[in-house]
Amino acid sequence: MFNNLFRDQLSLGIFQAAITVVLALAVMLVGRQQKIHLEVEVMIALVRGIVQIVAVALALVVIFKGPEVVAVPVLFGMLVTASVVAGRRVKDIPGSIMVSFYGITFGAGLVILLMVLAGVINPALTSVIPVGSMLIANAMNTCAQALERFASDIKAHTGQVEAGLALGATPGEIVRPYSQSAVHTSLIPRIDSLSSLGIVWIPGLMTGMLVAGTDPIYAAIYQFAVITMMFASSGLTSVVSVLLVQRRVFSPAQQLMLRPGTLLKK
Amino acid sequence: MIILETAGLSRTVDNKILVTDISVKVERGEVVSIVGPSGAGKSSFLRLLNRLDEPTAGTVYLDGLDYKTIPPTQLRRQVGMVLQAPYLFPGTVSENLRFGPKQHGQVLEDSRLHRLLEQVGLPGYADREVTRLSGGEAQRVSLARTLANSPEVLLLDEPTSALDRHAEAEVESLLREIIATEQLTCLIITHNPAQALRFSNRSMRLEAGKLVKFGPVEEVVHV
Ligand SMILES: Nc1ncnc2c1ncn2[C@@H]1O[C@H](COP(=O)(O)OP(=O)(O)OP(=O)(O)O)[C@@H](O)[C@H]1O
Ligand SMILES: [Mg+2]
Repeated sequence: MFNNLFRDQLSLGIFQAAITVVLALAVMLVGRQQKIHLEVEVMIALVRGIVQIVAVALALVVIFKGPEVVAVPVLFGMLVTASVVAGRRVKDIPGSIMVSFYGITFGAGLVILLMVLAGVINPALTSVIPVGSMLIANAMNTCAQALERFASDIKAHTGQVEAGLALGATPGEIVRPYSQSAVHTSLIPRIDSLSSLGIVWIPGLMTGMLVAGTDPIYAAIYQFAVITMMFASSGLTSVVSVLLVQRRVFSPAQQLMLRPGTLLKK
Repeated sequence: MIILETAGLSRTVDNKILVTDISVKVERGEVVSIVGPSGAGKSSFLRLLNRLDEPTAGTVYLDGLDYKTIPPTQLRRQVGMVLQAPYLFPGTVSENLRFGPKQHGQVLEDSRLHRLLEQVGLPGYADREVTRLSGGEAQRVSLARTLANSPEVLLLDEPTSALDRHAEAEVESLLREIIATEQLTCLIITHNPAQALRFSNRSMRLEAGKLVKFGPVEEVVHV
C-alpha cells in the first residue's frame, strides 16, 4: 500500500517535472529564434537543479532526525556555497568570493544567530534550516546584485573615477555614489517583497503553516517577521560586501585596477 | 632648477612593454611636448608621472623627492592632469571646481573660483549644469578644475584633440596664456607638430615605448 502510493507520487512528480522542463525547453527555443543562446546554461542548470533538490530532500529527512547542532555545519555549508555563487558573478575582481563570504556571513549568518538567540527563529532543525536557507539565499542574491552593479558602474565610469583620482581624491570618496547606488539597487527586490507581501505574493512558508493548522494570524505575523529578517540580512550583506569590494578595485597606491575587458591579477 | 626627473621609468603589462627606461629631467617653468606615433606610449608615460599607473621599474623624483614616498593624493594635487576628454562630475561648474580643494579640506574662495573661470574664458558659468556645456566649454572647465588645485606641474594629454577646429584654437590660446602667466611647468602630449612648436621649448619623441629623441623642439619636431 505504502509502496504503491510512493510509486504513484513518484510518477506523478516525474510527470509534473517533465511538463515544466518542456516549458523551459520551449522558452529556450524562443530565445534561440531571437539569437539568445541559453541552451547550454539552461540545460546544466536544469540537471543541477533536479539532482540537487532531490538529494537535499533525501538528506533533510536524515538531518531532521539529528540533534540541533547539526544546523551549524549545514548552514555553514550553505554560506560557503552562496559565497562562491555570488562571488563568481564578478570574476574580474580578485578575492570576490571572500568578499561575498564576509558579506553573506555578516548579513545572513549574524541575523540567523541573533534571531535564534532572541527566540524569533525556533532552533528546531525543521525550522532553523529552512528559514536560515531562505535568509542565506536572499543574502546571496543581494550580494551578487550589489557586486555586479558596483563593478559595472565602475567600469562604465573609469573616466570620472580617474579624473577624481587625478584631482587628489581618495578612492573611497570617488566611489561613494557608485557604492550607494549598488546598495540601494540590490535592496529594491527586498523592499518590493515587503510591500507586496500578501497581495502579489503569498509565501510558501505561511501557506505551509496554515495547512499544518497554525493559527492564521500567527502564521501571517511570523511570515512578516521572516521577510523582515530577509531585508535586514540582505541589507547588512549588501553594505558589507560593497565596503569590502571597494578596496579590491584599487591598488595600494590608489590606482584604478578594474577596467572594461581587463582581468585583474593578484 | 629641476622640478621633475624620471629615472629609468618603465611599465610593462602582461609582457607588453608600454614604456621602457625613460630618464629625463624637466626644469621648473619649462614646457615640454611629447610627440610620437599612435601607440608609442605617450599616454602611458604621462600616467606614470602622477602615478595613475604604477611603474614596473624606475621612479620619478619630484623636487628631488622619490614620488613613492609622497601619499598619492598629495602627489596628484602637486602634479595635476587634464585628460583628453573632460570627464566632469554631475552637477554644476562650481561644484566641479571646488572638488579638488575639498578633497584636502580646503574651500575654494569665491573670488578664486571666478578668477579661474575668467582665465578659461567662462565668466558667469559657475552655476551652469555641466550637462549643458559644449565640448570646448567642458574641456575648459576640466582645465579650471585641475588649476583649482594649484598644481606645480601640469600634465596635458592631447587637451584639444577631441575639439573641433574653432574650439581647439580657443582652448589652445587660453592654455598658453595660463601657462605663461602662472609660469607653470607643463608636459603636453600633442599629435600636432605646429602645436608642439607653439607650446614648448623642448620636446621628447617616443617610439614603441622608448625615448628616441629629447631636445629643443625645433630639432625633434618637423612641420
Ligand atoms: N593597460 C594596458 N594593457 C595593455 N596594453 C596597454 C595598456 N594601456 C595601453 N596599452 C597599449 O600600450 C600602447 C601604448 O599606448 P598609449 O595609450 O600610451 O599610446 P599613445 O602614444 O598615447 O597613443 P595615442 O597617440 O593613440 O594616444 C598601445 O599599444 C596600447 O594598446
Ligand atoms: Mg594617448
